[in-house]
Amino acid sequence: MKLSSKTKNKQYLPYLLWILPLAFLGIFYFYPLGSIIQLSFSRGEGNALVSFWKAITNPTVRSVLGFTVWQATLSTLLTLLLGLPGAYLFARYQFRGKNFLRALMGVPFVLPTLVVAAGFNALLGPNGWVNTLLMELFSLSSPPIQFLHTFGAILVAHVFYNTTIVLRVVGDFWSRLDPRFSQAAQVLGGNRWQTLRKVTIPLLAPAVAAAALLVFIFDFTSFGVILVLGGPQFATLEVEIYYQTISLFNLPLAATLSLLQLGMTLLLTIIYTRLMNKISRPVQQRAERQTQRPLSTWRNKITAGVLIGILLLILTTPLIALGARSITHLTPSQGGKQGFTLAFFKALAQNPQESLFYVPPSTAIIVSLLYATITVLFALILGLPAAWALARGGDNVLNKVLDPLLMLPLGTSAVTLGLGFILALDQPPLDLRASPVLIPLVHTLVAFPFVVRSLTPALKSIQPNLHQAAAVLGASPRQVFRHIDLPMIGRALLVAATFAFTISIGEFGATSLIVRPEFPTVPVVIYRLLSRPGTLNYGQAMALSTILMVFTLSGMLAIERFRIADIGEF
Amino acid sequence: MKTKLTLITLFIFTLSACGQVVTPTTPTTEQTSIPAPTQTKEQPTETSAKPETLTVMTHDSFAASDEVIQTFEEEHNVNVRFLEAGDTGTAVNKAVLSKGNPLADVFYGVDNTFLSRALEEGIFIPYHSPLLDDIDDRFQLDDQNRALPVDYGDVCLNYQKAYFEENDLQPPQNLEDLTEPAYKGLLTVENPATSSPGLAFLLATIGHFGEDQYLEYWQQLVENDLNVVNDWETAYYSSFSQAGGSYPIVVSYGSSPPFEVIFAEEEIEEPPTAAVVADGSCFRQIEFVGILKGTEKQELAQKWIDFMLSPTFQEDIPLNMFVFPVNENAELNETFQKYLAIPDETAEVSPQAISENREKWIQEWTEAVLR
Repeated sequence: MKLSSKTKNKQYLPYLLWILPLAFLGIFYFYPLGSIIQLSFSRGEGNALVSFWKAITNPTVRSVLGFTVWQATLSTLLTLLLGLPGAYLFARYQFRGKNFLRALMGVPFVLPTLVVAAGFNALLGPNGWVNTLLMELFSLSSPPIQFLHTFGAILVAHVFYNTTIVLRVVGDFWSRLDPRFSQAAQVLGGNRWQTLRKVTIPLLAPAVAAAALLVFIFDFTSFGVILVLGGPQFATLEVEIYYQTISLFNLPLAATLSLLQLGMTLLLTIIYTRLMNKISRPVQQRAERQTQRPLSTWRNKITAGVLIGILLLILTTPLIALGARSITHLTPSQGGKQGFTLAFFKALAQNPQESLFYVPPSTAIIVSLLYATITVLFALILGLPAAWALARGGDNVLNKVLDPLLMLPLGTSAVTLGLGFILALDQPPLDLRASPVLIPLVHTLVAFPFVVRSLTPALKSIQPNLHQAAAVLGASPRQVFRHIDLPMIGRALLVAATFAFTISIGEFGATSLIVRPEFPTVPVVIYRLLSRPGTLNYGQAMALSTILMVFTLSGMLAIERFRIADIGEF
Repeated sequence: MKTKLTLITLFIFTLSACGQVVTPTTPTTEQTSIPAPTQTKEQPTETSAKPETLTVMTHDSFAASDEVIQTFEEEHNVNVRFLEAGDTGTAVNKAVLSKGNPLADVFYGVDNTFLSRALEEGIFIPYHSPLLDDIDDRFQLDDQNRALPVDYGDVCLNYQKAYFEENDLQPPQNLEDLTEPAYKGLLTVENPATSSPGLAFLLATIGHFGEDQYLEYWQQLVENDLNVVNDWETAYYSSFSQAGGSYPIVVSYGSSPPFEVIFAEEEIEEPPTAAVVADGSCFRQIEFVGILKGTEKQELAQKWIDFMLSPTFQEDIPLNMFVFPVNENAELNETFQKYLAIPDETAEVSPQAISENREKWIQEWTEAVLR
């Protein structure tokens, strides 16, 4: 009797695990999205299908869609090109300062686009450091590098923002892959290339595909980078949706474009899940200390040095330029003084206009931190059961349907969903339209797919015979989870937590739509400062961005160190 | 197990914390969804009766002095709560979509480029404030007084003085000058599809040259190596030479030069920039306030509007929001009186014309300038 009830439990468990994540997505994602799309089409003339068809056969829309796919594909490939060697280095070698470097390379993820653009401008703009240097060296009359407002700037900015996804998602998985597989292949006579092709790549494929999917969707729905660094020559679907919604209030067309964007996201995710079901298989995992070795030979050291150099050059020089701007006089022509100043940092703590909405940077940081903590908790609480169900439930119907749907929040236009909240969440007890609670909820929507995608490969790679062995030895499902699964996915949990944390800290689009002016997040204050004339305001925005960078870096280092009991190592 | 328990406890704790924030909505009316922080803040000052809450929905550039808002709060025993709802266009859209079950009692910040959308969608109810008598007729664009003018700002060309002094060139005097070879490659503007000052400047050229001539003007600007960026921040802080860019002329606000003095890095005597305010070269953005249809606090909302139009609030506007009072009795701060150039005559385009032609004009402009 007892046994049969247990097996019954086991059958239903994958379904039960879905309840919480599904309720959350249903209320805070599908319901608002459905409401705004329904209203949008009801405002249009005639049949929704007709207007949909009209929109997608429109040459402008088609060219926007074409460009969106093209830039996202190229950006993703370039991000992988830089991220995969980096992931290998971080996964297979031990060296000093590794944790710091990994955290540092995650900092771009939280920075507002306007601030990143300022960093790139200080570096590569017409009067930036590089151009000034080149002009002096070769006595040129005009700046030789034209960077801002080019297609190249879009690609570089996407690589700058998203390489950390590849470093973390792939790097984490790789670090626990048993090196003896490739060693065995080499002992059996395979050369390096054969080993890579036949052994490492197939084993690594699930993590690479998960990272590539996340990066692609981010690039595909890119908004700020396109507007600020790309300039008016370029438009993605997301930019067009914003223009149609806000400028023209053409809701039917905006809804059509949103659906188009969602459809593309869904299509891609379906291809991804199909592919994964074919190629992913459980693999023996090893603790990091068994898979990693020090950089022993000179050849190793030099290769690693060059690789780290390239990563630092692309991912951190704009950050350094930004930091430098926050402590340099911006108008040397005025006082004749060029050089170091702390005026902007000092001004941040002052409120000369006695404005009602002035907040000291410490308050903004506390608010940001509070939202980020809630987001991490929510995202893990919702993401863990979903990832668990996906990994354990195998091929059940629910999994097949839900797996691709989970990625949709990432591919959804922020403007569309923001208006959806206004329509849908307007009755008590869920009148959250103006509630600060909505902010961490929205952040969780974005973080949730990240958490699921970071956890699923790790959970899937746990061999079922481990569970069986534990069960045979009398362990309850809870004990199995605690002593087998949790330790094995600990590292992935930390990756997931880091993503949720940085997503929440850096999120601006949705936050700015619902923020209470007395309790703004750091990016909201930065934008507030940037939208005013006067060098003091601009300098303060740079100073606060520098504070944001330092604070994010410490936050991520803290998460890296945060190991409850033995989670994270085994 | 311990960790799992901790997580669960934290989750429950968080949920209950959220619950606390939401609960005040149920017993009272729908409007008073006061989140916990505001309430706790109010408790010490609470005197006799519990203050009512008035909710004001606005855009993300709204700001005011603490002291000024407190005057109103104390006088009427009310707690004013502000909701920032994104940029002007987004905030208007949110107000339109929440029509009938409004998020707030009052909406402030719809400008003349979005006014028609708000009026056509019927989100406001009329209020004939006695203070309208102190406001010039040219600001009162809605004859039914559903939307009442609060402030205005002019979108004008700005230039960096030092550049023109160093190059011994006369600064541009009007829009026509910019097509001259002497000003080749000097101008940067914002894209009207994505930027509000960008749209305002496009409207200035339409108002000034007329609908059949303005495209020709823009074509000449393109031939004169016009630079276009998507947002004011990029134009002013990256492209404009005052902040290290390479274009000494930029589309910004008439009020930007005095702000360069007020928010200078170090104290300076003269603004480093100046605005071009020749007749018909600027476009005037007027911002309006209105009572949202469906509010249960109409009387209080009317008092708030009277307050916004009164000199106390009006005189506080410039230093907080960089725009100017419409009330004739409001006096300007010294720095403004000294450095502010207000155009006598601005280019005129009516809200109806803007609403009807916005898409067409932006499309034509895009074809002519970007393609």
